[in-house]
Amino acid sequence: MNIKRMMMATAVAVSVATPALAELVIPSLVYRTGAYGPNGIPYADGYADYFALLNERDGGIGGEMVNLIECETAYNTEKGVECFEATKDLGSLVYQPLSTGITYQLIPKATAADIPILSMGYGRTSAANGKVFSHIFNFPGNYWSAASAVINHILDQENGDIKGKKIALVYHNSAYGREPIRTLEELAKKHEFELSLLPVDHPGQEQKSQWLQIRREKPDYITMWGWGVMNQVAIQEAANIRYPMEKFIGVWWSGSENDVIPAGMKADGYKALAMHNTGMDYPLYDDLKTYLYDTGKASGEHAGTVLYSRGMYAGMLAAEGIKTAQKMTGKSNITAGDLRDGFEVLEITEEKMAAIGMPNFGPSFKVSCESHGGPMVTAIQQWDAKNKTWSLITPFNPGDMDVINRLIAEDSAAYAAENNLSERCG
Amino acid sequence: MVEFLYGIEVVINGLMAGVMYSLVALGFVLIFKASGIFNYAQGVMALFAAMTLVGVQEGQVPFAHLINSVFGTQYHHFGWHINAFVAIAVAALVMLLFAYLVERYILKHLVNQEPIILFMATIGLAYFMEGFGDLMWGSNIKTLDVGIPQGGNFWIEEKTAFLGGEDFYGFYLDTLDIYATVIAIILVSTLVLFSQYTKTGRALRAVADDHQAALSVGISLRRIWVIVWSIAGIVALVAGIMWGSKSGVQFSLSLIALKALPVLMLGGFTSIPGAIIGGLIIGIGEKLFEFLIGAPFLGGATENWFAYMLALLFLVFRPQGLFGEKIIERV
Repeated sequence: MNIKRMMMATAVAVSVATPALAELVIPSLVYRTGAYGPNGIPYADGYADYFALLNERDGGIGGEMVNLIECETAYNTEKGVECFEATKDLGSLVYQPLSTGITYQLIPKATAADIPILSMGYGRTSAANGKVFSHIFNFPGNYWSAASAVINHILDQENGDIKGKKIALVYHNSAYGREPIRTLEELAKKHEFELSLLPVDHPGQEQKSQWLQIRREKPDYITMWGWGVMNQVAIQEAANIRYPMEKFIGVWWSGSENDVIPAGMKADGYKALAMHNTGMDYPLYDDLKTYLYDTGKASGEHAGTVLYSRGMYAGMLAAEGIKTAQKMTGKSNITAGDLRDGFEVLEITEEKMAAIGMPNFGPSFKVSCESHGGPMVTAIQQWDAKNKTWSLITPFNPGDMDVINRLIAEDSAAYAAENNLSERCG
Repeated sequence: MVEFLYGIEVVINGLMAGVMYSLVALGFVLIFKASGIFNYAQGVMALFAAMTLVGVQEGQVPFAHLINSVFGTQYHHFGWHINAFVAIAVAALVMLLFAYLVERYILKHLVNQEPIILFMATIGLAYFMEGFGDLMWGSNIKTLDVGIPQGGNFWIEEKTAFLGGEDFYGFYLDTLDIYATVIAIILVSTLVLFSQYTKTGRALRAVADDHQAALSVGISLRRIWVIVWSIAGIVALVAGIMWGSKSGVQFSLSLIALKALPVLMLGGFTSIPGAIIGGLIIGIGEKLFEFLIGAPFLGGATENWFAYMLALLFLVFRPQGLFGEKIIERV
């Protein structure tokens, strides 16, 4: 627990009871407590540190200081909705709930409040269809592109033929964990592999039944949609039954240092999806060190880890959206509606990333009114247990867009029909 | 034939899982039996004990974040790595101190209060311990290694592979679970011997039978409470070691208490053998149900549901549990 950060966050939260004019208010829905706290903390730190750096180094964004308001959700959907209700009228610009359950609940609420949601790599996958989901963005990747990336990687490993192969999905028995099933079922039909589904109940401390079943059925590959302790136990159990780690591929939420370190050397070779790069070998860290870590304004305790990098990346994408909106409207003090418009024309290029100090950190992409999902490209990273490092072993590759786009169109059309929405983007 | 052999494997692994559940349930039973308190904090005690063990073993400076935040220092480690046995002993001593403090600052002030008040106090204690543990040792995931081997037991696998054909790979047994079973047997035997053949054990049983009568013959209720919370603390440490070795030490460890509740409902809140038998029944039942019905027909993840359903059935037909004392109130 970072005491200083909590004290600062509390002070900030108190100070925004009546928000000062001309500042960019960004609520940060965090979970620093509870069963998922060990994962929530590095992400929240990365997110907070990115905006703190912009404030310290650049005087905010476009001359406006960023006021980050942390609200603790404990990864609890009800608490997440409470956080939204408590902060939506404070001039909040964007929400990043870091929970698929919370995102699902906030989709209609945020749309009604004209506030954009950026659910980066989680949430409702079909929200990538901007024609239906006007305020929801889920670039640069989503669970269906992730599921497709897993299968594409397996196809690469098997020289393009996975007919008759057995692939098992071990998943968190929640809205999040069930997201990839539809895509995997479609891909199973297309490539004629055998899919077996193994749900694990929250929190996932006990998985003996699932791993005995895996041992009996001997799947050729396993993919995992886990979170928190479920990941650590699954990787340990896989090692216990001597399942080859290079055939075990987690989604990007099952691929942090937290997940593999408890299993020690046995986790060597485990793979996970990546929507961005990781580590500290980026010029941005020089500034973070100078302005935050060395001055005691942030601990930097989790700097360079996967989840800290992801929080930082999420902060960077929101900040670039704000810059785009400021440029588009010609005013620095933008509204949430302006930011929504800004997100729809956001363009992330390698030149831009290099200028920020994050060269080759993530993919280049362009958002549009029709597509809120970005490039849907994914890389594979692999764990080196000896050196305790993750390394990308593939470039950022696209998924099976025929299947993904078709599923997105179907699901978003069903949502539009249920909610009586007409398509936009003319 | 192969399915039958795998069914046996599921039963054996269910037994092992049941032992792990019993380890948690034991702590609840000990405290409930001696004081009538349902200790909501038992799961958090297991977490705190395991965190303390890892912290001591790895030479972590307690309250390092707090110290560093207040004084601007950068203390994190003492620079030592202590032998596991010494670290376990230190963690056990911390749990004894914890028991003393609980009695001194909470229970002492709640003597003669309604059970619900005592239960509420343990809820408060659980939340306090959660935060205190995080503050003391940090909330990051810690790797626990006290030298207990883990992973499928090769020897058993090889020696039993001949029982089936090509599709049978031998019985899978996790070595850690085997150790847990042996440790649980030793722990329960020690508890039974202590309870039957020592003066303090007899005093414990007297308090469990009748508080008033025990007080009237000069048994100190406060002393008994310290002893019983100390024993529950040691049991929590053992449970924390076993579960923490599987998943690393982290907040989720406190949720293992959820696995103990159906065991208690089934075995009874006042019986040590009940906690063991209840754990074994729940362990075997949930694993077999998942193997035979849950996974093939219901989509899986039925274990928690089954455990609580079984416990509910027992509650309907035998509210005091299998081994619990029947509550008779005359009007």
